[in-house]
Formats: sequence, structure tokens, C-alpha cells
Amino acid sequence: MAVIPLERKPLTLAERTYLPQILQGLKTTMQHLVAPAVTLEYPEQRPEIPTGYRGVPTLVKDPNGREKCVSCQLCEFVCPPKAIRITPGEISVDSPNAHVEKAPKEFDIDMLRCIYCGMCQEVCPEEAIWLQSNYSMTGLSREEMVNNKARLYELGGTLPDNHHKWDKKKAAEEHGNAH
Amino acid sequence: MFDFLISILTSPLAITIYKGVAAILVIFPIAGVCSMAERKVAAWVQDRPGPNRAIVPWVAWIPFLGRFLQRLGVFHVMADGGKMLFKEDSTPGHVNKFYFIAAPLLAMIPALTTVSVVPFGTYFDEAGKAIPLILANLDVGLLAVFAISSLGVYSLILAGWASNSKYPFLGSVRASAQLISYELSMTISVLPVFLWINAPGTTGTLGLARVVEFQSGIWHGLSSASWGGVWFGFLMPISAFIFLVCLFAETNRQPFDTIESEADLVGSFHTEYGAFKWGLFFVAEYSHMIVGSGIFMLLFFGGWNPLPWLPLGSVVGWMHQITGWAFTIHPLFVGILSIAIFLGKVLAMIFFFMAIRWTVPRFRYDQVMRIGWRVLLPLSIANLLVYAIAIAFIQK
Repeated sequence: MAVIPLERKPLTLAERTYLPQILQGLKTTMQHLVAPAVTLEYPEQRPEIPTGYRGVPTLVKDPNGREKCVSCQLCEFVCPPKAIRITPGEISVDSPNAHVEKAPKEFDIDMLRCIYCGMCQEVCPEEAIWLQSNYSMTGLSREEMVNNKARLYELGGTLPDNHHKWDKKKAAEEHGNAH
Repeated sequence: MFDFLISILTSPLAITIYKGVAAILVIFPIAGVCSMAERKVAAWVQDRPGPNRAIVPWVAWIPFLGRFLQRLGVFHVMADGGKMLFKEDSTPGHVNKFYFIAAPLLAMIPALTTVSVVPFGTYFDEAGKAIPLILANLDVGLLAVFAISSLGVYSLILAGWASNSKYPFLGSVRASAQLISYELSMTISVLPVFLWINAPGTTGTLGLARVVEFQSGIWHGLSSASWGGVWFGFLMPISAFIFLVCLFAETNRQPFDTIESEADLVGSFHTEYGAFKWGLFFVAEYSHMIVGSGIFMLLFFGGWNPLPWLPLGSVVGWMHQITGWAFTIHPLFVGILSIAIFLGKVLAMIFFFMAIRWTVPRFRYDQVMRIGWRVLLPLSIANLLVYAIAIAFIQK
């Protein structure tokens, strides 16, 4: 048993008067009085957001400007607070992206429900939904706090990846080796 | 008709009223500024910038100074005060209305009355005699301060009782117990000072101006004549220390603010108060602090004398000798100089109050009682005995 009995020494007279301790404390107080502030003055100064930060969820496009979401609705199913609501839609045949077949018609994320858990990002097979560095969502009404599809793409922007999964699939099909 | 008006406006009574109003007009803003300074010092001690946003538009136009004042948070005094004045002043339904409203008013009265016997400066007449600047130069002096300032506890008791809810009531019970126990040691701790200045064969007085006069001596070499220049804080450090600790307890400052400890009593006697009525308690508390610091400085740290063995009179004399300007011995200049020195000391003292607030954690209620009765009271009595015997031998 690693028990070390410590002898509790009785306090000295100086310690019992508290005074040396109070003087020591005053010294610390004075040091902090002149120390520079460690806080940020928020709206003017913004914190530096580390990579991997889980901010507001957004939808992203691929480098060709194609929306990556194929409305599989996995994020909608996995979302713990049921903040995501997707209305699936089809891509018209005359679109250059017709081979992708599906895209969301409506995509709403209710930021009053969202808990920023990042499960939607984790579950997305298309890497289409990302929690990015925006941490400040404000609005004056409940409606304003629901991000619709247009807003989500505006917040998300383009992800500079080079998977081009669907283009490769289309090219493979055209060469006759669809798997 | 005109002469009659002038004779009324310059009658001694009218002049006393002017002086009283002027003193109140100084104390009130200082109390407001202190609340601001409290927020600012608290922020600095906690390594944050503190209030620094409010600004009056036309001050913002001043290029450098405006920005500086804004960062200093000066205009938050007005913002805070304005908020306090204009927010809804609700009176809860379950209180005793008359006493509930009377309590904050009663808190203000003793806080501002004590100012009248506290000298805050001095000037020299043609004969070179020092005339203290004081509203009422009473012989009872300090006794009047103790008598009146202890009335302040009635307002707390009244507030706690009239609020008709348990936390205010508990708070007011604590307030009465704490103030009574610390008043004893406080009064006993200053007795050596008055034993010293009321030597046998002199006219006795408890006036504070006389105390400062005793600390205005100059350096006469290593002889007993030099005693006069030493401030009582150095002659009687234990008295000064006990007085200081009691001052913290009497003004409900940390570490003795068990009376209004938010953690266990919500807000104590001002739980049910809001807006302007709460503001009155607040200003009364700061007035107590200012007057208390003033008395501490007068009793133990030389009042308006800049340094030990360097009384105001010598300083003014030197200034006149060196510069040769006549205005340096003009009573008005001397008066303003003495007030400035005294106010500077009082504000330094208030800063000390704030520094202690962020240094020492709050004592528990039973610890407060133990310190008061089992430490400070015996210590002050022993201190009194030692000094009484010593003074008897010196002054026999």
C-alpha cells in the first residue's frame, strides 16, 4: 500500500495572522493588475478557428461547380435532433450532370435544432455536407434561423477536392466497363 | 431690498448650506466614479479590458482624448446611472411598503451626515494659523462619526425586515451582529490616538482636525520634538491595523461581506430592491467607504500632509520661496492643494479596498464573528492598555 502518512504541521504565528499570505496575495493581484488582457474584444477581434472545427453545417460543390449532394438522406436519418429536412429531386436529363440522377430539391437545416455534432458530415458518402468554421449564426426570427438550400451552398462554397467520382463512373460506362 | 437679499445669501447659515451642498455634490459623483473604478479595477485584476464601449457622440469627435476616455470606460458611469434611474422601480406585493421605501432613504442619511464632521482640507489665515476646511468643527468629532455611522445598520435591519422574505431577513440579522461586534474594536483601537493628543493640561477634543494638526510636525533632529511629524499609523501600527480591519467589516467590504454574500444569501437585504432604491443602498455603501477611508487617513496617515515630517505648511512655504509667486500662499490655492492631497490619499485607500477585494476570499460568518470577538477585541484592549501606560509615562 503506497500510503504516505503526512505530518500536518501546526501553523506558525505568522500563518495564523494571515498577514504574510494576504501580502503575498496582494502581490499577485498587483501583478495581474498590470498584466495585459487575455480576452478578445469580440466583434472587432475574432478568435482564430482551428482546423477541424465543427461550426455551422454547410453544403459544398465540387471544383466543377456540381452540387455534391445526391439527396440520399442519410444525414437526415442520422441527425440526432432532426434538424435536417431534405426533399429529394431528380436531375433533368438535359443537364450535364444527368448521370448523377439525383439532387436535393429542398435542403433545410434548422439551426435552432442543430447541435453541431458533425454526424451528418461523418455519414455523408458524397462528402457533400461539411461543418465549417462559421460559429456565429444569428437571426431575428425562427424562419431566419432555418438555412435553406441556397443559403447552405452560399455558406459552403466549393471544396477543392479532385475525386470527380461521378465523372469517372460516367467515363468508365462509356468505355464499356461499368462495374 | 437688494442688501437684504445679499445679507441673507451671505449669512453664516446660508454659507453652511452652500458648504454642505458642495460636500454632497462632491461625495455623490465620487461614489459613482468609485463604482466605475470598481468595475474597471476588477477587470484589470482579472486580466480583461473591462467596460470600454459607451461614448457620448460629441466626445467621440475629439481625436485622441475621446478614444482614450472611451477605453477608460468613463461614460459607463452615465450609462450605469441612467439605467438605474430609468428602469422600472418595482415594489414587491409582499413587503411592508412604508419601511421598504424608508430603508434606502435611511441608508443615505447617516452616510452623508458623517461628512459634516470630517475635515477635508486646510488653509492658513494671515497669522499663519491653520484653519481646517470642515462643515462643522465639533469637539465630539470622531464620536459623532461613530454615533451616526452606526445608525446606518438600522436601514439594513429595516430593509431586511420590510422585505418580508427569508434571505433579506437573515442578511439583516447578520448585518446587525457584525456591525455591533466590529464597532467595539474600532472604537477602542482609536483611543490611543486621542489619549496621545489630549495630553494633561490641554483642552480636550475628539475633533479630527486636531489629530491632523498633531501629525503636522517637522523634523527637529533626533529629539522628542520630532515625534510630532510621525504619522500615527507609524506610531501606533496595531491601532491602525485594527481600525483598518474594522473599517472593512463596517463598510461590508470583502473579505467581510458575509452580510450580502451572494452565494448563501442571494443579495441579502437588497434582494427585493431594484433600480433607484437599490442604487441608493449602493451609493450609501460607497459614501461609507469614502468617509471611512477619509477618517482612516486623517487619524493614521497625516490627513492632508504629503509625507511624514513634511507638513503642508512647509511645502507651501518652499513653493513660495522657490517660485516667488504670491498666489502660492493664497488661502484659496492652499485650500485646493490640501483638498487635492487629501482626496488623493482617500482614492488610494479606496483602491486598496478594491485590491483587497480581489485578493482575500470572503470569510465564513462564524469566522467573521470569531475574528471580531476573539481576536480583534482582545487585541485592541491589549493595545489600548500598552499605549495608555506608555503615554502616561511619556506625558507625565
